[in-house]
Amino acid sequence: MDLEIIGITVLGVFLFGYIIVASIDFGAGFFNAYSTLTGKQHILTKVIQRYLSPVWEVTNVFLVFFFVGIVGFFPKTAYYYGSTLLVPASIAIILLAIRGAYYAFTIYGGLEHRRYTILYGLTGLFIPASLSIVLVISEGGFVRLERSGPVLDYWTLFTSPLSWSIVVLSLTSVLYISAVFLTWYSRKAKDWGAVKLLRKYALGWALPAIITAAGIIVEMRTHNPEHYSRLVDLWWMFALSVLLFAGTVYLLWKGIAYGIAFVLMTGQFALAFLAYGISHYPYLMYPYLTIYDSFTNEAMATALVIAFIAGLGLLLPSLYLLLRLFLFNKEYVQGNRDDHV
Amino acid sequence: MGNEEAVFFSRVLTELTLSFHIIYATIGVGVPLMIMIAQWVGIKKQDEHYILLARRWTRGFVITVAVGVVTGTAIGLQLSLLWPNFMELAGNVIALPLFMETFAFFFEAIFLGIYIYTWDRFKNQKRHLLLLIPVALGASFSAIFITIVNAFMNAPQGFDLVNGQLVNVSPIVAMFNPAMPTKVAHVLVTAYMTSAFVLAAIGAYRLLKGSSHTYHKKALFLTMKLGFIFSIATAIIGDFSGKYLAEYQPEKLAAAEWHFETGEGAPLILYGVLANDEVKYAIKIPYALSFLAHSSLYSSVIGLDQFAEEDIPPLYIHYLFDVMVTIGMWMIGLSAVYLAGAWLRWGFITAKWFRWLIVLGGPLSIIAIEAGWWLAEVGRQPWILRGIMRTSEAATTSGQVDLMLLLFAGLYLILGIGSMLVLWRMFRNNPVEQELEDRRAEKAGDIKWTLK
Repeated sequence: MDLEIIGITVLGVFLFGYIIVASIDFGAGFFNAYSTLTGKQHILTKVIQRYLSPVWEVTNVFLVFFFVGIVGFFPKTAYYYGSTLLVPASIAIILLAIRGAYYAFTIYGGLEHRRYTILYGLTGLFIPASLSIVLVISEGGFVRLERSGPVLDYWTLFTSPLSWSIVVLSLTSVLYISAVFLTWYSRKAKDWGAVKLLRKYALGWALPAIITAAGIIVEMRTHNPEHYSRLVDLWWMFALSVLLFAGTVYLLWKGIAYGIAFVLMTGQFALAFLAYGISHYPYLMYPYLTIYDSFTNEAMATALVIAFIAGLGLLLPSLYLLLRLFLFNKEYVQGNRDDHV
Repeated sequence: MGNEEAVFFSRVLTELTLSFHIIYATIGVGVPLMIMIAQWVGIKKQDEHYILLARRWTRGFVITVAVGVVTGTAIGLQLSLLWPNFMELAGNVIALPLFMETFAFFFEAIFLGIYIYTWDRFKNQKRHLLLLIPVALGASFSAIFITIVNAFMNAPQGFDLVNGQLVNVSPIVAMFNPAMPTKVAHVLVTAYMTSAFVLAAIGAYRLLKGSSHTYHKKALFLTMKLGFIFSIATAIIGDFSGKYLAEYQPEKLAAAEWHFETGEGAPLILYGVLANDEVKYAIKIPYALSFLAHSSLYSSVIGLDQFAEEDIPPLYIHYLFDVMVTIGMWMIGLSAVYLAGAWLRWGFITAKWFRWLIVLGGPLSIIAIEAGWWLAEVGRQPWILRGIMRTSEAATTSGQVDLMLLLFAGLYLILGIGSMLVLWRMFRNNPVEQELEDRRAEKAGDIKWTLK
C-alpha cells in the first residue's frame, strides 16, 4: 500500500474518533443546557456530568492529533489550509476555550452559574459548525489562489447552499450521536428518567440527521460534479449505512438493546465517513491539493507511521483502563462512588 | 510591503499566546512531580499531612491543566494558522516530535482523568500513586518533545537543501540536533524549579496569613528543598547552554552579552544600559564570558563584528538575560539561606519579612521563565529557522491577524483572571484545618461502615 494511503488512513481514524467522541461531548453539553432552561435539569445533569468529567481532555486530544498529524503527513496543507482558515479556526479555538474554561472553573473550581452552563451548551453547537467549514472548503470553489497566497472567499462561503447544508448536518448528527450514546449510558446508570428523555431526543433527531445527510449528496451534484459522481459510485456503502440507521432506530423505537443501537449508529457513521473519504480521494482540497503532491518525504512518513503504531500500543490499553473505570464500571456509572480529588 | 503588518501581528499574537501558555505549561510539567514526591513521602512516613498536600495540589493542578489544554490547543493550531510557510517547510523535517508530543499528552490526559477520580478507590495507597507516574512522565515528555522542535528551529539539521528542495531528510538526526540536550534539560529543570517555588510561595503566604499549622511548615520545607536542588541544576545547565551558544549560535550569545568585538579573555557584562552603541553602568567580570563560552579564561569569543547587520538579533535581549540570571541566582541564594537556617535554627527564616521574600519568589520565578523564553525566541531573530528561513518569510498573508490578536487577548485575560479567582476561592473556602477534620470524620465514618 502507498504510504500516502496509510497516512490518510491514520488521520481518518483520528478524525472519525474525534467526530464520535466530540459529538457525544458537544451534544451532552447542549442537552444539559437545554434541560436547565426547560426545568428538567434534575433528570439529565447528573448522568451527563458523570460521563463528561473524566474524559473531556481525552476528547480534545483527538482533535490535536488530527491537526498535528495532517501537517506531519501532508505539510502542504499548512500552506493551503493554514492561510485560509485563520478566522474560522481561531473562532473554533475560542469556543473550545470556553468549554475548557467551563470544566476548569465550574466542574473543578465550583464556580456555578446558569449562564455558564448555557454558554457551554451553545458552544457545543457552534464548534461543530465552525469546524465543519473545513469540510466545506475542501470541496473546492471557496479558495482563490492569489499572488500572495491562497485566500478564502467569504462571500461565496456564506452564500453557498452547500456550506449551510454541511453546517446543518454537523448539528443534527452531533445531537443524534450524542442522544443515542447517552440513552445507552443512562440505561447503564439505571437512571430511568434520563433514559426516557434521551430516547425521545434520539428518535427525534434521527430523521433530521438522515435527511440533512442525504441533502449533502444532492448539493454536491451542482457544486462538485466530479465528487458527486464518485459518491454515486459508492452507492452500496451508503445503502448499507442507511440499513444500519434503520436498525438503530428500530432498536430505539422498541426500547431494547441500546448498546447495540449505539454500535449500529457508529457503524452507520463509519460507513458514510469512509465512503465520503474514498470518494474525496485523492483530493485534500479540490482542485489544488491531492494527497500525493502534498505528501511528506518517505523517511518522515515511515517515522510517523512507526510512532503511530508504538503510540497506539501505549494508548489502547490506557484507554481501555479509562473506559473500564468510568464508562463500564457499574459503581461509578450509577453514582455510588465519588472519589474525586 | 503589505505583508509587513501580517508579520508583525503574527509575531505579537504568537508571543502573547506563548507567554500565556508557558505559565500553565511550566506548572503542568513541574507540579505532577511535586505531587508525586509529596504523596510518596506521605505514604512512606504515614503522614496524612503530606498526603493531603498532594491532594490539595492536585485539586489546584487540574484547573491549571484545563487552561493549559486550551492554550496548548491554541498555540498548536496557531503554528499552522500564523506561520503556514514555516510549517510547510518544517513539517517535512520536524513533524515527528510534534506528533509524539500529542501521544505523550494523550497518555498524560488519560491517567490524569483516572488519577483525580480515584482518590479513595484503592485500599493500597501505593497503587493510586502508581497512576501518577504516567501523568508525570507524560507531562515531562510533552515538554521534551516540544522543546526538541524549538531546538530544531535554533539548530536545524537532518536534511539537505538543494535548489530549494528538501532532500535526504532524517527525522531522527533532526531531533537530536546540537541545541537539543541543553535546551531540553534547561526547560525541564526550570519547570521543576519554578513549580517548587510557586508552591513554596503559597505555603509561605498561608503561614503569613495567620495559619501556623504544621501542614504549611512541612509544605514550605519540602518545596524549598526541592526548589534549591532544581535551581542548582538550572545554574549548571545554564553554563552548558552558554557553551552550546558559543559553538553553534555565537550571534545569540554575543547579542545577549553585548559582546561586540571578537577577542580573547572576554569579560562578562552584567546589567548596564546601551546608549549610542556604548555600554554604560555595567558590571564587567573579567574573563568570565570566555570561561562561560569555552571553560577557559583566555579563549576567544566571537563578537557581533563577525555578523552582517541583518543577521543580528535585537540587542535588548541582554536585559532579558539579566532578569533571568539575576532571579535564578537570587532563588538559589534564598533557598540556600532558608535551608541553612532550618538546619542551624536561625530565627529570622520564620520572620515575616523573610516569608514575604519567599512569597515573592513564586512570581519572580514565573518572570524568569518568561524572560528566558523571550530571550530564546527574540535571540533567534531574524530567523524562524536559523540560517534557512527568516521570520518575515514565514508568516501568513491573511489580513485579519490584528482582529484575531484582539480576540485572543480578550480570551487570555478572561482565562487568566478566571483561573486565579477560582484557585483563590477554592482554597479560601476550604482551609487545611477544616479539611483535616473532615477527612478524620470521613475515616471514622468509613470504619463504622466497615464494622457494620
